[in-house]
Amino acid sequence: MEKTLETIFTEFEGKRENVIPILQKVQEEYTYLPEEFMAEIADYTHIPASDIYGVATFYAQFRFEPTGDKIISVCRGTACHVRGAPRIFEEITDQLGLEGEGTTADKKFTVETVACVGCCALAPVITIDEEVHGDLTKKKVQKLIQKEGKTNGKE
Amino acid sequence: MAKNKQTILLCRGTGCESSKSPALQTAFEEALEGMDVEVKFTGCHGMCQQGPIVVIEPEDIFYSKVKLKDVPVIVEKHIQNNEHVSRLFYQDPATEEKIPTYHEIPFYSRQKRLVLRSCGQINPENMEDSLAAGNYQGLEKALNMDPVEIVTEVKESGLRGRGGGGFSTGLKWQFCQDAEGDPKYVLCNADEGDPGAFMDRSVLEGDPHSVLEGMIIAGFAIGAKQGYIYCRAEYPLAIKRLQIAIDQAREYGFLGENILKSGFDFDIEIFHGAGAFVCGEETALITSIEGNRGMPRSRPPYPANSGLYGKPTLLNNVKTYANIPLIILNGSAWFAEIGTENSKGTAVFALTGKIANSGLIEVPMGITLREIIYEIGGGVLDGKKFKAVQTGGPSGGCLPESFLDTPVDYDSLIEAGSMMGSGGMVVMDEDTCMVDVARYFLDFTEKESCGKCVPCRLGTKQMLNILEDIVEGRGKPGDIETLEELAKGVKSGSLCGLGQTAPNPVLTTIRYFRDEYEAHIFENACPAKQCKEFITFHITDTCIGCGLCRRNCPVEAITGEQKELHVIDQDICIKCGVCYEVCPPKFFSVEIRTGAEESTKEPA
Repeated sequence: MEKTLETIFTEFEGKRENVIPILQKVQEEYTYLPEEFMAEIADYTHIPASDIYGVATFYAQFRFEPTGDKIISVCRGTACHVRGAPRIFEEITDQLGLEGEGTTADKKFTVETVACVGCCALAPVITIDEEVHGDLTKKKVQKLIQKEGKTNGKE
Repeated sequence: MAKNKQTILLCRGTGCESSKSPALQTAFEEALEGMDVEVKFTGCHGMCQQGPIVVIEPEDIFYSKVKLKDVPVIVEKHIQNNEHVSRLFYQDPATEEKIPTYHEIPFYSRQKRLVLRSCGQINPENMEDSLAAGNYQGLEKALNMDPVEIVTEVKESGLRGRGGGGFSTGLKWQFCQDAEGDPKYVLCNADEGDPGAFMDRSVLEGDPHSVLEGMIIAGFAIGAKQGYIYCRAEYPLAIKRLQIAIDQAREYGFLGENILKSGFDFDIEIFHGAGAFVCGEETALITSIEGNRGMPRSRPPYPANSGLYGKPTLLNNVKTYANIPLIILNGSAWFAEIGTENSKGTAVFALTGKIANSGLIEVPMGITLREIIYEIGGGVLDGKKFKAVQTGGPSGGCLPESFLDTPVDYDSLIEAGSMMGSGGMVVMDEDTCMVDVARYFLDFTEKESCGKCVPCRLGTKQMLNILEDIVEGRGKPGDIETLEELAKGVKSGSLCGLGQTAPNPVLTTIRYFRDEYEAHIFENACPAKQCKEFITFHITDTCIGCGLCRRNCPVEAITGEQKELHVIDQDICIKCGVCYEVCPPKFFSVEIRTGAEESTKEPA
């Protein structure tokens, strides 16, 4: 069960400098920032909701849509790029029937790109939730997605 | 701690963790139960590609790519019978020689590890280990010094900011020490946003106390009581280990009130960066901690006078702080002996891309690019031809072969059109398209531009559009000149480093690889055979008809009977490259053609 917004607020004083940590905590609990929470965060911190949105939309970390059960992050760092990350991204979206970044219709997977995971020596790299998978080829990605899809089905 | 006791050092940096090193640790612990052997996990050794890495001390034996099934073999042969498991030795990619000991591997023997002194040697989550490695001895010494003396020592060491800018660290400290205002703050920039770089992450994961120690010394020197570490949320392991280190430091009296009974109070908190490249810029980072959109502001006033909450603030990079305890402990003269006249000490690089030994390295300043790439890095991957090396990330540039003998220091790299940066070094081979690399970096900076300055916000967008046109076959005469003109505008019309340097990857690729741009625009060709618009895939007559490509083709563009030459239907082919990837290297039957080659070599 996710913590309620009230419980999250008890961890912070509601000052300006708490805005980003509050947003991070909300997203940690809910996987995204639900729209109805933004006004409440604005009330709690005495900052206009437009301003809270301004902060949230500035940073790549924050999402405004719920994610799928598993989040696949494709690294688009330089080392990954020169070692074929665009092809890996293409393979993943093809496998999952996505047009680009986004969530599959069955809500099993969300695919996104990230700036750099920092595992450049293992390029190209993706993370599935927090687990890093490196040295990928199109074939390895196919197997990985099939495996992840199955374990997902059993749960 | 008995020095002679056999110890198994097991790397658990992010790289090796992803290669399942935690399971290895459990397996070793179980297999060694009852034996007088210690199993210790450590931070990154730097050679992530060879992971998981297992080092056995005191014999200094280095085993690479260790799998679970190798654990009982190592225990039985090495631990119980004193025989080495030679098949797990590291193999030098150049000579194919197997090298048993850690310090004989060329990757390590050419390095000088100061900042990375304990990475891979100590358990970063164990305080006793950190103390035994010498952490906090610099702090003890510093607390008995006069703050002015500390700043003088840092100034005389010649240390320059390791975030990439290269400003004198000692001067920065002096400005903060002299600044009026209370409280003062010490910030650590661990927002390692350069794609292709993981130096700071490895230091934080492998030896977090060295960074804390540097920050505490800085706090004492400038008169601050509070420090913040701005660390990317994308680095969960680094954040976890930092937090453990902070808690331990508090427990041992290195943080908190009355540190080591000196009367000095100082504490550190971690701020989780929410993912914005521009927050690596100091004023943007500060405004982000304050809870705003991380947009830079004009300077002056500099953070030394008006930083966090308008108070005097010292901001340095992770590696800058990690150097401080060594400078205090060993003296500025010792430090100033390493490196070149104007760039002292060492440089830490994440050596990646098309390189045989990718990983994290630390070298004395002044070493040449050639020594790094060929002697430490083992040359270009798979014996391909070297094309360029990129340093400085999205702010830096691509240098061609003629610059390989350039010494690596702040000034030489800037002169060549690139920059030191915080330490990303990406090697590119003949298969890397330089126009695509320029497009890649512009795509990055265009997305990361905060939008405050119009030349950066719109200029990078226009430059990106032109680069996309060129790689997608819509390039036209005059594009190169327009790019150069836009680049000038973006550089001169932007407030912060992001905009001022964003055109560098484009300018250096035009300067050194203009022929590739021209090939795309005028010859309908991509010399690296990467840009889809300019290439076609063909099966050559070495094909034995194994059918592997036919079965793997996602669009059924390949036809041919078993054991007969296969053919790709160019009208159906989507140029995904799967056939090229799966064709066994011994046949090497899939060929990529570009430009004029396309029409001349069609098999009958």
